[in-house]
Amino acid sequence: MDDHHDHSHLADTDLRVRALESLLAEKGLVDPAALDEIVDRYENKVGPRNGARVVAKAWTDPEFKKWLLEDATAAIGSLGYVGTQGADLVVLENTADVHNVTVCTLCSCYPWSVLGLPPAWYKSFPYRARLVKEPRPVLEEFGLTLASDVEVRVWDSTAELRYLVLPERPAGTDGMSEDELVDLVTRNSMIGTEKVASPAGDA
Amino acid sequence: MTASVPTQEELPSLPRDEDGPVFREPWEAQAFAMTLRLYDGGHFTWPEWADCLATEITAAQEAGDPDLGDTYYLHWLKALERIVAQKGLLTEDELSRRKDVWDRAAHATPHGEPIVLPPEC
Repeated sequence: MDDHHDHSHLADTDLRVRALESLLAEKGLVDPAALDEIVDRYENKVGPRNGARVVAKAWTDPEFKKWLLEDATAAIGSLGYVGTQGADLVVLENTADVHNVTVCTLCSCYPWSVLGLPPAWYKSFPYRARLVKEPRPVLEEFGLTLASDVEVRVWDSTAELRYLVLPERPAGTDGMSEDELVDLVTRNSMIGTEKVASPAGDA
Repeated sequence: MTASVPTQEELPSLPRDEDGPVFREPWEAQAFAMTLRLYDGGHFTWPEWADCLATEITAAQEAGDPDLGDTYYLHWLKALERIVAQKGLLTEDELSRRKDVWDRAAHATPHGEPIVLPPEC
């Protein structure tokens, strides 16, 4: 693409973003330093580790779990994980009888404050379109086969309401501390496309 | 969902990923951050933004984008350009002229040096 080595070349997307940023900055609508801070937060500070902390606390603290299921926005906010888009959070508990899984069919709304930004597949049309129509085959593609008597519930996020799945605590974790449990909880288990595996793979 | 969206039988299998980087290129991060900043500044509500983004995603699908998640920030950037115009923060004309200025600035900059706007901008 860049066949002139004596000068620089910017891709179309770069040019468009630079045009937006320089104009918005001149009008005082964005501050470049604030932009860097937002990028740093989402690249380095906000991620599924926050959600894993919420899950591990719910597994070890029944009072917290009760609060979480009643008012997830407040319970999660008490840990310092606060969303910036004004959306309410709802936590869905997976049990032996019910498996919850989340999607955003329109535009990939996602609980950023607890999971960070969504993976590419979550944003893809096949996931968004297929999960609501055929959840079991989709979950099987993720390696999750559910017994036929387990009820699968698919939850479609919106700009105002986002979901976090509380996965089942796996067997073989009775003696584990909250900190140890945090390490077991995966991003996908909180979206609902997998279960949390028992430690040392003895599921 | 609209009639032009492929039916279930036509849908490809899911793209899969490892826990890769959040943003693949810096412009994706900048577009994301500008949107959050403008939202924080009260220039639009989050439902307004989500609606604008969903519209761009649907339009891209109708134009033939398989929409496997890798073009997500392209849709995002288009939605951002549209919402700043809709809200009267910038005009399309301003954006297009400024884009040309950046293009000329890049061509006038020796390879490897930072690209800056000329002082008259």
